[in-house]
Amino acid sequence: MRLESLLSAKEIVLMCGAGGVGKTTTAAAAAAMAATHSGGRVLALTVDPARRLATALGLQEFGNTETRVPTSAFTQAGARPRGELWVAMLDTNASWDDLVRTHAPDATTRDAILANPLYRNVTGKFVQSHDYIAMERLHEIHSSGRYDLIVVDTPPTRNAIDFLDAPDRMAEFFSSRLLRWLIAPYRSRMFTAASKPFYSVADRILGAQFLRDIAEFFMLFQTMYDGFVDRAKAVTRTLEDRRTTFVVVTTLEATPAREAEFFINALVERRYHLGAVVCNRMLPDYFTERAGAQAAEAMKTDAAALATVMAHRVADRDAMQGVLREIAESYLNYHVVAAREAEQLAELTVASELVVRVPALERDISSLADVLEVGRHIW
Amino acid sequence: MRPPGLLDRRLLFVTGKGGVGKTSVAAALAALAAAQGRRTLLCEIDAKGDLAEVLEVEPLRYAPREVLPQLFAMAMSTEESLKEYLRLQLRVPLLAKIGPLARTFDFVASAAPGVKEILTIGKLAFEVRENHYDLVVVDSSATGHVVGQLAAPGAIREVVRAGAVRGQVDWILDILQDPAQTGAVIVATAEEMPIAETIELAASLGSKTYVDLAAVIVNQVLPELFGVREEELFSSLRTVASRRKLVAELGEGVNGVLDAAALAVARRRARAVHLEALYDALGPSVPMLYLPFLFARRHGVRTTRRLSAALAAELGVDA
Repeated sequence: MRLESLLSAKEIVLMCGAGGVGKTTTAAAAAAMAATHSGGRVLALTVDPARRLATALGLQEFGNTETRVPTSAFTQAGARPRGELWVAMLDTNASWDDLVRTHAPDATTRDAILANPLYRNVTGKFVQSHDYIAMERLHEIHSSGRYDLIVVDTPPTRNAIDFLDAPDRMAEFFSSRLLRWLIAPYRSRMFTAASKPFYSVADRILGAQFLRDIAEFFMLFQTMYDGFVDRAKAVTRTLEDRRTTFVVVTTLEATPAREAEFFINALVERRYHLGAVVCNRMLPDYFTERAGAQAAEAMKTDAAALATVMAHRVADRDAMQGVLREIAESYLNYHVVAAREAEQLAELTVASELVVRVPALERDISSLADVLEVGRHIW
Repeated sequence: MRPPGLLDRRLLFVTGKGGVGKTSVAAALAALAAAQGRRTLLCEIDAKGDLAEVLEVEPLRYAPREVLPQLFAMAMSTEESLKEYLRLQLRVPLLAKIGPLARTFDFVASAAPGVKEILTIGKLAFEVRENHYDLVVVDSSATGHVVGQLAAPGAIREVVRAGAVRGQVDWILDILQDPAQTGAVIVATAEEMPIAETIELAASLGSKTYVDLAAVIVNQVLPELFGVREEELFSSLRTVASRRKLVAELGEGVNGVLDAAALAVARRRARAVHLEALYDALGPSVPMLYLPFLFARRHGVRTTRRLSAALAAELGVDA
């Protein structure tokens, strides 16, 4: 099983994992490879691209709108794509505005929401709105049918599974009794016996005006209730669909690897499809070879004798001895790290049918050629 | 005025892009302060359990626990913080007795802008104000979230015009914006994205939060293997003739050892470029500290101590 065959059978791929493990690059690489080799229209939907990655894809920058990576960028990278590569970035604010425009019952409500002083603040913060909007946008693009494959670089979350639960929570939030309870006194001007103590304490803490502002905002928002809940449910269905797969991206350092395992379990529990685990920035194999470690140990012990053999001039012998020691020690240092990584890899291999190993690219990603080079390792 | 020494401040927010070792550095900073005899509180904001791991202790709770002499560790919980706040500040009786009220507050806290953040920041500032500790070290959110957190008191002051909260953001801001008391510490590794985020964060700390940037800590600095002369000798070892000799002496495995050294040199060099960009952007006024990459099998108390010792050397203090 290879990533190529996995991707050709799927329509949505979600790349997830801890922050800093190379999700964005992996997503871009997978999308670029799919566009090059499998053809069709492929979209890389990213959350926070490195500016240099944008440049690498031949773009000044990309925003909420989908932009096509020019064929000339592929030609320069020595590739002849069979399909089209598109990229878009998730702009949370713009996406919320779109959502409000779609679901507001009328123009007056729409304008009132967009103009509400708390709107920006609240949508930016409440119940993982960022996670939700990412999934919502994905659903929207997928159901438009514009793309054969969408590769998503998921938002960096505090808790990697938050975004999986975001649609459900959003639906729950809008149908919650708590929300109605909060709004009720302002709508009916009647305080129930149950909510009175709440309001008296809340007033003391936050001030009445602020509470009124919040309540007004949610009252406006509730007019979109039906649309929102239906939508959130549809988003969940998209994630569960067999055409959707999840790829867990990680490095083999202890913390990200632990998060990857946690994430794999969360996916399995929720019955989502785990397609592959991508292990990024692997050290080369020679660090774990027994012959290498033996050679390094011997080099360290016999550095003086070896220096005599290896130095072309007698005057260089001492310096050569130092160089040989450094070389040996450096190897043995990395050997320790590589041994730990091998152990982590073994654990992850048990968890997934497809484990893709990507060696560390010893430079920054600065061109489409670099992206494709990473791509060749995962393909 | 000369800025205060890093550990002489009262409240340090340690942040950085994911994967740079922010938690390990926060723990090392706190452990160093404690070893110097400062009563230190170390608080994990994102309750992921990483801090308990580097300290090798049981999962942390809201109530601080002494994990090393003079070092107290806790995990933030906005719910617990709210309960404590209501109890201490407003003398509202235990929320558990009023049942649904607690859940409602939790809901408002999730919905209202900045409430969760202020419960976090407020708790930490409170510990400072009450002099419960000499130093509070916070393993904060990653770079993407920390500005929102530190800016929350200011944002609250703008939207909440009355009520008890309004009165309290003022003293919180007094503590946060006083460089003698509070500072942010950005941890970075010398790689493209962590450096870019550090530069961005340094700018927005000043413009959006007014929290002083106390230091940038470059973590996981790779060792320099060779000087110029050694570099030449190393090249001479990688010629076909030399390789053949070495293989004869040490076996085939030596090829990997030579390639490994070339890789180590290349890695260190690639990182130097990013450090240059960092110096250019930050200028000479921001203190920079360097911590070595630890080639360790696993990260725990031992590596935390090693980092502490390295920090002490960088700060010119006794460990």
